[in-house]
Amino acid sequence: MDTHIQVKLFASLKKYLPDHSERFPISPGDTVADVLKRLGVPLEEARLIFVNGVKGELTSVLEGGERVGIFPPVGGG
Amino acid sequence: MSKILRINTKEKSYDIQDAQGDLASLGGRALTSRIVLNEVPATCHPLSKHNKLIVAPGLLSGTAAANSGRLSVGAKSPLTGGIKESNAGGLVSQKLGRLGIKAIVLEDKPENNAFSLVVIKKDSVEILPADEYVGLGNAETMKRLWEVYGKRVGVMSIGPAGEQRLTAACINLADTNGRPGRAAGRGGLGAVMGSKRIKAIVVDDGGTDKVPLADPEAFKAANRRWVEILNSHPVTGQALPTYGTAVLINIINEAGALPTKNFRFGRFEHAQDISGEHVTELIEKRGGKTKEGCHPGCVINCSNVYHDKDGKYLTSGFEYETIWALGADTTIKEIDDVAMLDRLCDDIGLDTIETGVTLGVAMEGGLIPWGDGKAAIDLVKKVATGEPIGKIIGNGAVFTGQALGVDRIPIVKRQALPAYDPRSVKGVGVTYSTSPMGADHTSGYAVAPNILKVGGDVDPLKKEGNVELSKNLQIATAAIDSAGLCLFVAFAVLDTEDGVQTIVDMLNAQYGLSLTPDDVIKLGISILKDEHEFNSRAGFTKVHDRLPDFFKEPLPPHNTTWDFTEEELQPAKHFD
Repeated sequence: MDTHIQVKLFASLKKYLPDHSERFPISPGDTVADVLKRLGVPLEEARLIFVNGVKGELTSVLEGGERVGIFPPVGGG
Repeated sequence: MSKILRINTKEKSYDIQDAQGDLASLGGRALTSRIVLNEVPATCHPLSKHNKLIVAPGLLSGTAAANSGRLSVGAKSPLTGGIKESNAGGLVSQKLGRLGIKAIVLEDKPENNAFSLVVIKKDSVEILPADEYVGLGNAETMKRLWEVYGKRVGVMSIGPAGEQRLTAACINLADTNGRPGRAAGRGGLGAVMGSKRIKAIVVDDGGTDKVPLADPEAFKAANRRWVEILNSHPVTGQALPTYGTAVLINIINEAGALPTKNFRFGRFEHAQDISGEHVTELIEKRGGKTKEGCHPGCVINCSNVYHDKDGKYLTSGFEYETIWALGADTTIKEIDDVAMLDRLCDDIGLDTIETGVTLGVAMEGGLIPWGDGKAAIDLVKKVATGEPIGKIIGNGAVFTGQALGVDRIPIVKRQALPAYDPRSVKGVGVTYSTSPMGADHTSGYAVAPNILKVGGDVDPLKKEGNVELSKNLQIATAAIDSAGLCLFVAFAVLDTEDGVQTIVDMLNAQYGLSLTPDDVIKLGISILKDEHEFNSRAGFTKVHDRLPDFFKEPLPPHNTTWDFTEEELQPAKHFD
């Protein structure tokens, strides 16, 4: 059964943002890398991954309902 | 030759001497903090004649070393009551370096209200009446001083806030366009300059030779590697130049740690409207500049010039902490209102972090409505006119909270917290608690390993490892601040094996020394020891390392709390 996540792509990755990013369909068990591949985001550019505001990995497994935020390398302060 | 220029602000006289003893080998923050410790009675009133304002370029400032033009300004802080080093870009540091001046020390204070202007040139120091500049904002002051003393002279000045000796007053520095976009912002140092009745200091390095180098070839080689390190790191080479520092609005929001509505929430629903990406889009559409160095010789270029909707200059140096404080913390979502507030702060001479947090406290107290940008603009303008409510706001968050009967005041050591909620970025919370500066993010930027995966990866939501992390970063930062280097070099240095060695190579080639990276750590520790010693003499103890009690409330979305005891924090201040 398909479900959805909220995808947020920032800075230079914004151009890969899909339509319906607030309800992006996934299959439970998809990883962050699976989602990024489908969106065409080069995996090496996904430097910072947040799943529900907690640092995740490319291998983080999604169940549906998560908020996933992806950033290229960033800094400041 | 490196000299210390002492100016007696009462007698309008000066004395210039070779730096003696332990002062001879120090620069930047190491020097300002050592002079404060040795010469300022820790118990003195910060606005009294016993306090001193010390302005010191870093050890590398004035050379060709990339990103080495940062200035340290030190004194006993009228805001915290403890020691303060506030660090800024602009043109002054490199020019002092080329003039061979290690420090300017403003001493004593006049018995009347007449302000002076200090003009420093290769062969002269003048202390002149400044009547014609009194009451002017920093923008007009700098414009006139460039007209009189030449374009591109270094200027540091105070606005009406500093003249009134308000504790949120900063010292502004002319940026590369002669505008007050840079600031020694924190700790109310503008009030110290105001107490000494110095409106501005002009530094002209015309006619000077290059800074002498013990081994020019070795210096050149080290600097070449230095530039390579900065350019090749993804943060200093790409991210900061492209989006500026405000790219952090989205990332800290995503991490659930963007303090919103006076530190109630970790996410701001309008974060996108004030984000770095949005600011960059508007700059590209309206004109202005997305990339600008805060001093010549910067290869990172994280600063910017921001125009209004009609394409006219509005503000510059429009950066993350400023946008957060005046935006998310107050829930003002109109970015042009936030930019206008930044412009006013720069012109009036107010620290943007302190002022943004103060506006949040004023909203908490019902003085103006939450999120009302226009009301905030009107309120900040009153600081310049000197009416009582302006004096309250210009004295910062604690003073304003007290005036309004507010019980939610986010401060440590009376200084407002910056743009990361300590409950969900615990490493920087340790820095807020234990830094001798009061709540300050730059003095131990644990955000890098907590959130940005730079210089390690330490969980921001748990206590483990964060005390040690903050301590090590505080040591490294103190050393960087003494070299005159921009703190952002740390992003690259922390991730590059020969990063620290390259800095050491430059110092050795300049001064004919044989320092090792261990000496850099020792220097950092010695600075922190000086600073903690001063604070201890001033009466600070571990109880002053507490965060306000409301940080024990859970912070959404992670529902984290501030759960360190003051005993658990103390190892961040122990160095033996």
